[in-house]
Amino acid sequence: MTASSSPDPRPIDVTSWIGSYPFRDVPHPDPEVLVGVLDREGFAGAWVGHLPGAFHRDPIPSNRALYAALEPFAGVLYPTPIVRPDWPYWTDMLRDAVNAGAPAVRVYPAQCGLGAGHPALAELAMACGEVGVALHVTLRFEDLRQRHLMDAVGDVPAATLRGIARLAGSRCHLVVAGAGREIIEETHWGLTPSEQQRVFYDFGWVWGPPDDHFAHLVDTMGVERLTWSSWWPLRLTQQSRALIDLLPHQGTSSISDAKFADGFADGRKIFAAAQHAAESGLGSENSMGTASRRNR
Amino acid sequence: MTALIDVHAHFHTPLSNRSDWQRYNASRLDAGDRMGVLCHVASVLGSWGATSPTYFSSPHDQTRANDWMLDFAEEHAPRVKMWVAVNPNFTSHALGEIERGIARGAIGIKLAAGRRADDVLLDDIAAAAAQYGVPVLQHIWQHRRRDWPNQDASDGIELARLAARHPDAIFQLAHIGGGGDWAHTYPAVRDFENIVMDLSGSGIDRGMIDEALRWVGARRLLWGADLTLCTALTKLRALPHTGASNDDLADMCWRNAVRIFPAGAFTEALAAGSRAVVSGASA
Repeated sequence: MTASSSPDPRPIDVTSWIGSYPFRDVPHPDPEVLVGVLDREGFAGAWVGHLPGAFHRDPIPSNRALYAALEPFAGVLYPTPIVRPDWPYWTDMLRDAVNAGAPAVRVYPAQCGLGAGHPALAELAMACGEVGVALHVTLRFEDLRQRHLMDAVGDVPAATLRGIARLAGSRCHLVVAGAGREIIEETHWGLTPSEQQRVFYDFGWVWGPPDDHFAHLVDTMGVERLTWSSWWPLRLTQQSRALIDLLPHQGTSSISDAKFADGFADGRKIFAAAQHAAESGLGSENSMGTASRRNR
Repeated sequence: MTALIDVHAHFHTPLSNRSDWQRYNASRLDAGDRMGVLCHVASVLGSWGATSPTYFSSPHDQTRANDWMLDFAEEHAPRVKMWVAVNPNFTSHALGEIERGIARGAIGIKLAAGRRADDVLLDDIAAAAAQYGVPVLQHIWQHRRRDWPNQDASDGIELARLAARHPDAIFQLAHIGGGGDWAHTYPAVRDFENIVMDLSGSGIDRGMIDEALRWVGARRLLWGADLTLCTALTKLRALPHTGASNDDLADMCWRNAVRIFPAGAFTEALAAGSRAVVSGASA
């Protein structure tokens, strides 16, 4: 994926997977099906992870399977492999991702047992910023009420996200998937303005009317921090567009703008931002506390 | 685009904990209009926790809630209809509320989670439903494996026991997307033709609707929203991709509602025609 490539103006989904889910059946989770669904639902492409690998200890076989499965769909399905930063030679996983043209890599802190402030997460985030790929964090796969008895790791807390976003001197662009209004606000308003600029929130789990959490976030945070997603194959892919279509007609001037939907972030914009930050060598405005990274 | 009846709606009142209750209600009606909802069949669960628990509302709170809902339905007729909500722990009160509510236009009985669905205390209420010819909307936790706070939730098996005892009553199993394991519910209720299921709830799992169609068929499924209209719109837009025919879609979106509720309940709303703006945009 290149930052300025696709002529297709439709958004690029940042959260989808291929492969099976260990706790329930998901219908035909195959890349050729995903390509058709994305086109039907108005996406130009997708950042695609390998769902089974999120629950494996060693992500390397999963990444191999992902690269192979997506190869015939290059230019539409972009691999976002797993990097497990507490695993030996994890930097090779990141290198392979960059070489494969990945716009982002995924980390699953809950499944890997990496709590808030874990130095391995900091190392990974700093490295992602340096090579110009985004870091995608999945907070949860399913609603708490429906989880399998064996799915006991819990959600990634906002403290973990703030810890990554606050790293001094970091250029890492963070994509948060699976957050509702509370986690998003707890993270966003717990960051400095410059830190906020490097965090994007997949809005697929935010509620629309009548609670109107999504409209509230659009009003208070702006559309630029909120990014399109499909959550295929776990969830119905129509949710992002349904949320936008149900935003109130009245309210902020931006909501009534005909070009409004174009203002949301997507995979293309986030990757461009990550690449720009890496190429420009720009770090966070907040360089206080750079020693903390060396504490590992 | 087909007509649309939301068979699982709620509103808030000045007696609940929400200071924004008017904004909440207006948002529901506005979003419903834009989706093409011709009628919201709604209930109010007591004070929504303000002065007694949501799922264990006191008789006093439930009476006030039903009063408010009756007035609201009248004010917004024909696009709002009412489930009269009752707490089965207070049988005489519940039966009185049902009689009073139906006399003023309620078209169904809402049971939350004040008692398990298979409890004998529900028998008089189910018998009243059969007598009045109205359905019972039963709050369900799909495959309840333990107790959850603040409710005596029931699952499909427990509702099936009640349905077996009252074959002349129709039971609407609430929100297959509302939490728990929907895959357990479908086989649990398959053989009970007097149980229909609504699609509402915040859950939008892929496979959830497809499996429901396989197990019970479109004639026993009803579209609805419950607390999140965004997920209801998502499911509405997903329905055509489940393999459902146009007849199936009409059944799920409005015709089954016409069948299970009292005759004429939606005649005026359906005649008012569609006000939809967005519902068919990406189907």
